[in-house]
Amino acid sequence: MTVSTAPDFRTRLQDWLPKLVLAPSFAVTILFVYGFIGFTVLLSFTGSKMLPSFKWVGWENYEKLWALPAWNTAVMNIAIFASLYIVICTAVGLMLAIFLDQKIRGEGVLRPIYLYPMALSFIVTGTAWKWFLDPGIGLENVMHLWGWQSFSFTWIKDGNMAIYTIVIAAVWQTSGFVMAMFLAGLRGIDNEILKAAQIDGASNWQLYRRIVIPLLRPAFLSAFVILSHLAIKSYDLVVALTGGGPGRATEMPATFMYSYTFTRNQMGIGASSAVIMLMTIAAIMVPYLYAEMKEKKG
Amino acid sequence: MSAVTQDTAVSMGRVTRALIYLLLLLFALFYLLPLYVMGVNSVKPLAEITGGNMMALPEVWTLDPWRSAWSTAQIGVEPTGLKPYFLNSILMVVPAVVISTIMGALNGYILTKWRFRGDTWVFGLMLFSCFIPFQIVLIPMAVVLGKLGLAGSVPGLVLVHVVYGIGFTTLYFRNYYATFPTELVRAAQIDGAGFFQIFWRILLPVSGPIAVVSIIWQFTNIWNDFLFGASFGGTNQPMTVALNNLVQSSTGVKEYNVHFAGAILAALPTLLVYIVAGRYFVRGLMAGSVKG
Repeated sequence: MTVSTAPDFRTRLQDWLPKLVLAPSFAVTILFVYGFIGFTVLLSFTGSKMLPSFKWVGWENYEKLWALPAWNTAVMNIAIFASLYIVICTAVGLMLAIFLDQKIRGEGVLRPIYLYPMALSFIVTGTAWKWFLDPGIGLENVMHLWGWQSFSFTWIKDGNMAIYTIVIAAVWQTSGFVMAMFLAGLRGIDNEILKAAQIDGASNWQLYRRIVIPLLRPAFLSAFVILSHLAIKSYDLVVALTGGGPGRATEMPATFMYSYTFTRNQMGIGASSAVIMLMTIAAIMVPYLYAEMKEKKG
Repeated sequence: MSAVTQDTAVSMGRVTRALIYLLLLLFALFYLLPLYVMGVNSVKPLAEITGGNMMALPEVWTLDPWRSAWSTAQIGVEPTGLKPYFLNSILMVVPAVVISTIMGALNGYILTKWRFRGDTWVFGLMLFSCFIPFQIVLIPMAVVLGKLGLAGSVPGLVLVHVVYGIGFTTLYFRNYYATFPTELVRAAQIDGAGFFQIFWRILLPVSGPIAVVSIIWQFTNIWNDFLFGASFGGTNQPMTVALNNLVQSSTGVKEYNVHFAGAILAALPTLLVYIVAGRYFVRGLMAGSVKG
């Protein structure tokens, strides 16, 4: 026996302890995240209705899904919503950050005002905007009472326009957060570069267009990733603001998945829509996370 | 960077500067407006809302909508008010935040100070789990919670939030501990300190700021969650789901003032956290988005 050279029990335990402590988290992640993803992918190829069944139907659910008008509306809506939401949030956030960065008096008061909506739940935001945009008691009514009789703002009741009210509320909620990201980026820029450019006679506009905004590239990327991820997951806001209506005008993939799975008992189709949502997010997140982690190592 | 002033301010004319101030103020109004509307209309009698101006201050001030929202309003079929649901949310949030933060701290400690082969993969897998659309796990989760006998219970919701929260808490603590000198850990090891001793004596005392970030992030997310609460809450729904039921109820007169009071009640805990510890809140948002 090589008792003298073999590590004693305590040392061996110490060697194993880190992995032992990490194991539950890892196991839970593998099971509840990746195992569940696998299960949902599997279900999307079965004829599951109200309960999971394992009758293999191949690509049938996916074919049915893309033939459904409701799903096509949802995809169309998420395309409109996500692009407007991302572009407007980024534009508003960038503008506010640049303006706030001009030695503004009262910055300490303005910043938290811009940012507080991020602390609210989408359900609260939806409730507030639902009534504020309601023609009967909200903005339209207020304008009429203030004497602007011809004022009309009925988007929330209009099937063609309701999707834009979701954009308004969503921008309200997150543009302050984007502002904070850009502001952090701006504060990291070396002022000497700007001074040098100004001495060379660059105008303010040129300064920002040619130097500052290109330097904010990482912040743009982060904003894009976070916003697109929030957009695809948007469920609560739609539920609270329009309930997917009027009619099905503001159906989104997230609400579609929920109603097909849990209220219409079309679990197979619901699962296939969830798989498509996951693929879309993964297509954005995986390259981003991979690049982030690689950068860190190097 | 100490020699550099912080802002990138450029010189400009007075008119431009005035316009910038004007624009900043207009945006402040835009962000405050819904809060103002909720606030003033929650202390008005209903008649003043339906027959009056939403922007006007109340003629008659009343706290009845708040009382009603809290203890008597019809939620679903029961006239219980939001009180029991508020309690559900607290019972759900506190353990979920505590457990996920402790697990995140230990994971971050291991992934930075006790590195092993494949640890990057472990972290990568946990990191990606932060960003999945939860729709992809709803069906199996419903099945598993049912099998465990946790469907429709607060412990079930705690489990769900811990499971999908540890990715983020691990990320926070890992990035934070990565900047902590590993030499100190090695030195303590040579002095005979064990795994937990090092964590307890060396890492934990400096973990204050990141623990606050993690707690705030988890608290906000879990309190504000709707999808899991609606899917797995059963009769023990959290506050967000109850608020939605209150607002969307199709029976009877729409009591806007009660809805607004309820919305503020649902928002109050996270708003308070934000007011008290807003700086950390921002830091948490940033840490969750900018990982580099």
